[in-house]
Amino acid sequence: MKIAACIKRVPTTEAQIKVGADGKSLDTTGLQYMASFYDEIAVEEAIKTKEKLTGDVTVITIGPSDASKEVREFMARGADTGLVLKDDAWHARDARSTAKALATKVKALGAQVVFCGKVATDRDNAAVGPMLATYLGWACVTDVVSLALENDKGTAKRETEHGVETVSFALPAVITVSKGLNEPRRPNLKGIMAVKAKPIPEEPCEAVANQAVVNKVEQPAPRKAGRIVGEGAAAVNALVTALRSEAGVL
Amino acid sequence: MEPYRPLDFFQLDDQYSEDERMVRDTVRSWVTERYLPLCMEHFENGTFPMETVPELAEMGVFGPTLPAEYGGAGLNNVAAGLIYQELERGDSGLRSFCSVQGALVMYPIFSMGSEEQKRHWLPKLASGKAIGCFGLTEPDFGSNPGGMLTVAKKDGKNFVLNGRKMWITNGTVSDVAVVWARLDGKIRGFLVEKGTPGFSAPEQKHKFSLRASVTSELVLEDVRIPESNLLPKSEGLKAPLSCLTQARYGIAWGALGAALSCFDEALRYSKSRIVFDKPLAGFQIPQKKLADMATQITLGQMMALHMGRLKDQDKLTPQHVSMGKRNNCQLALDVARVCRDMLGANGISLEYQTGRHMVNLESVNTYEGTYDIHTLAIGQELTGIPAFR
Ligand SMILES: Cc1cc2nc3c(=O)[nH]c(=O)nc-3n(C[C@H](O)[C@H](O)[C@H](O)COP(=O)(O)OP(=O)(O)OC[C@H]3O[C@@H](n4cnc5c(N)ncnc54)[C@H](O)[C@@H]3O)c2cc1C
Repeated sequence: MKIAACIKRVPTTEAQIKVGADGKSLDTTGLQYMASFYDEIAVEEAIKTKEKLTGDVTVITIGPSDASKEVREFMARGADTGLVLKDDAWHARDARSTAKALATKVKALGAQVVFCGKVATDRDNAAVGPMLATYLGWACVTDVVSLALENDKGTAKRETEHGVETVSFALPAVITVSKGLNEPRRPNLKGIMAVKAKPIPEEPCEAVANQAVVNKVEQPAPRKAGRIVGEGAAAVNALVTALRSEAGVL
Repeated sequence: MEPYRPLDFFQLDDQYSEDERMVRDTVRSWVTERYLPLCMEHFENGTFPMETVPELAEMGVFGPTLPAEYGGAGLNNVAAGLIYQELERGDSGLRSFCSVQGALVMYPIFSMGSEEQKRHWLPKLASGKAIGCFGLTEPDFGSNPGGMLTVAKKDGKNFVLNGRKMWITNGTVSDVAVVWARLDGKIRGFLVEKGTPGFSAPEQKHKFSLRASVTSELVLEDVRIPESNLLPKSEGLKAPLSCLTQARYGIAWGALGAALSCFDEALRYSKSRIVFDKPLAGFQIPQKKLADMATQITLGQMMALHMGRLKDQDKLTPQHVSMGKRNNCQLALDVARVCRDMLGANGISLEYQTGRHMVNLESVNTYEGTYDIHTLAIGQELTGIPAFR
């Protein structure tokens, strides 16, 4: 089975985010990147699917040339090939233009199933997966926490506000994954060495105009610094006083 | 816990290749997720978390530069250095465990062992199915290992070993000890297996440093081993010293990891700790401390990276390594002490990383050649005059 996983390069969890001089984007100086949290689960599920049903996994990202690092990391964990659709302004692409470009590529690959994270941890749109399915005309199953795939169909459990839903669907399909579906494996150093020299092809990413344009980015107001009122049981009185008079929660 | 933000003042990140960064990040996230949650308790109890050994092996950190045919990952020396940096960001005891296994046990077997010894031991050690230790130091000979008293005597198809080793990392938990002893006056390396009659490795307790690491005495009383347990290519004091050069290279990186951990903690703390109505970081005295420490760490990072590139070109000399080990251990110890102070009372709590690093670094500064001994090594290189005795 041809399996694809779409991943996004996002600033690391440790990154201290600053708004750029244009007021519309992030200041990228000194930022380090990683694959978005849910995308790790997506690739893990893709690899597990390959291990169960045989086939191969292609990891696709839209991003700068350096995004080969994130792609390679997944190859070190067991994905077979990678592809960077080069776009240096990847973080400014809206969900539609991202999904359109991915749809063209997924079609060309002949994939039967595509895994995406349910949302990217940078811009929180949660839209690319469903839009990709729409452009492809495929089944779309979102927020999946448990999955049983066969060669032509599958059933999935989805986490919803109302409880856990079980759905069945036919392939081809786009599946967006949620926390709990699996425990992503770590790359090991031998895996990293094995893929070190593997070429990761890069192609220009299809240009699609954004429909939703970012005008302004503001950072949330900083949280007030915490204060340690003391240690151990001796601090309880001071803590209760502070919770009552300063925080007003008691 | 707050995310770890290691200092990278000069954007050295750009100087590493993609795979070097991948290796570093893999180990870093393992340490954050798997090791740090266990560390405080093991430090308090004076134990090493043996349950992490299979994970460390699976990750590939035992003998990472050895070729794949012997179970290594075939990494370059910069990537290996970054591994040690990240491990010691966790704890010097963790890095020590891996340094001993790789640089002090796998390396001598790889470089001085017979093909049979290599095939037998290296895959086992790489996969963590066997643990090793390195017995050089004796109660009366540390800085001057050439004075060692442990002896080996040929007896038919066996060697018989007698002597005592002290301060041996992993001794009690080892399946195999690389023991250095005098054979006909000349220092040679021998493989002594756990359970060999006359051989025991009682643990040395009551340490206040490197508590999350096992340190042991090795007692050898008429220990009879087959002649095939001699490392055939180990000849003279330069043999164990060549192992130490490998390990010291890793320590130069590792000490930086401990320093980076302390600095990250103290910087964050100083920004949030309010004293006299404003953040500690807003006063000039702490800012000077931070500026000094950041400069020292940055210089140390550059030295480590350059040593790694030299090592990959086969140009790194033992004297280079002496300078790196000496400088980076001392800077790490200085940084840890200053950070400890900046944390106030919290600096003595194991809830924070810094105090633990500080006491650990006392060992790291002492073992594998003290600061003074490396001073003399550099002095000899510069002047041509040995001043050891
Ligand atoms: C936690 C821990 C783990 C260790 N693990 C191992 C291990 O796995 N394997 C192993 O073989 N060893 C190990 N060691 C031993 C370590 O390598 C020695 O302790 C170290 O080499 C110093 O030797 P020493 O303790 O005998 O000190 P000494 O040699 O007695 O030194 C005492 C002091 O004298 C100074 N000094 C010595 N000679 C001179 C000189 N010529 N001129 C000026 N000053 C001098 C030293 O710098 C030091 O300040 C470990 C030690 C520790 C603390």
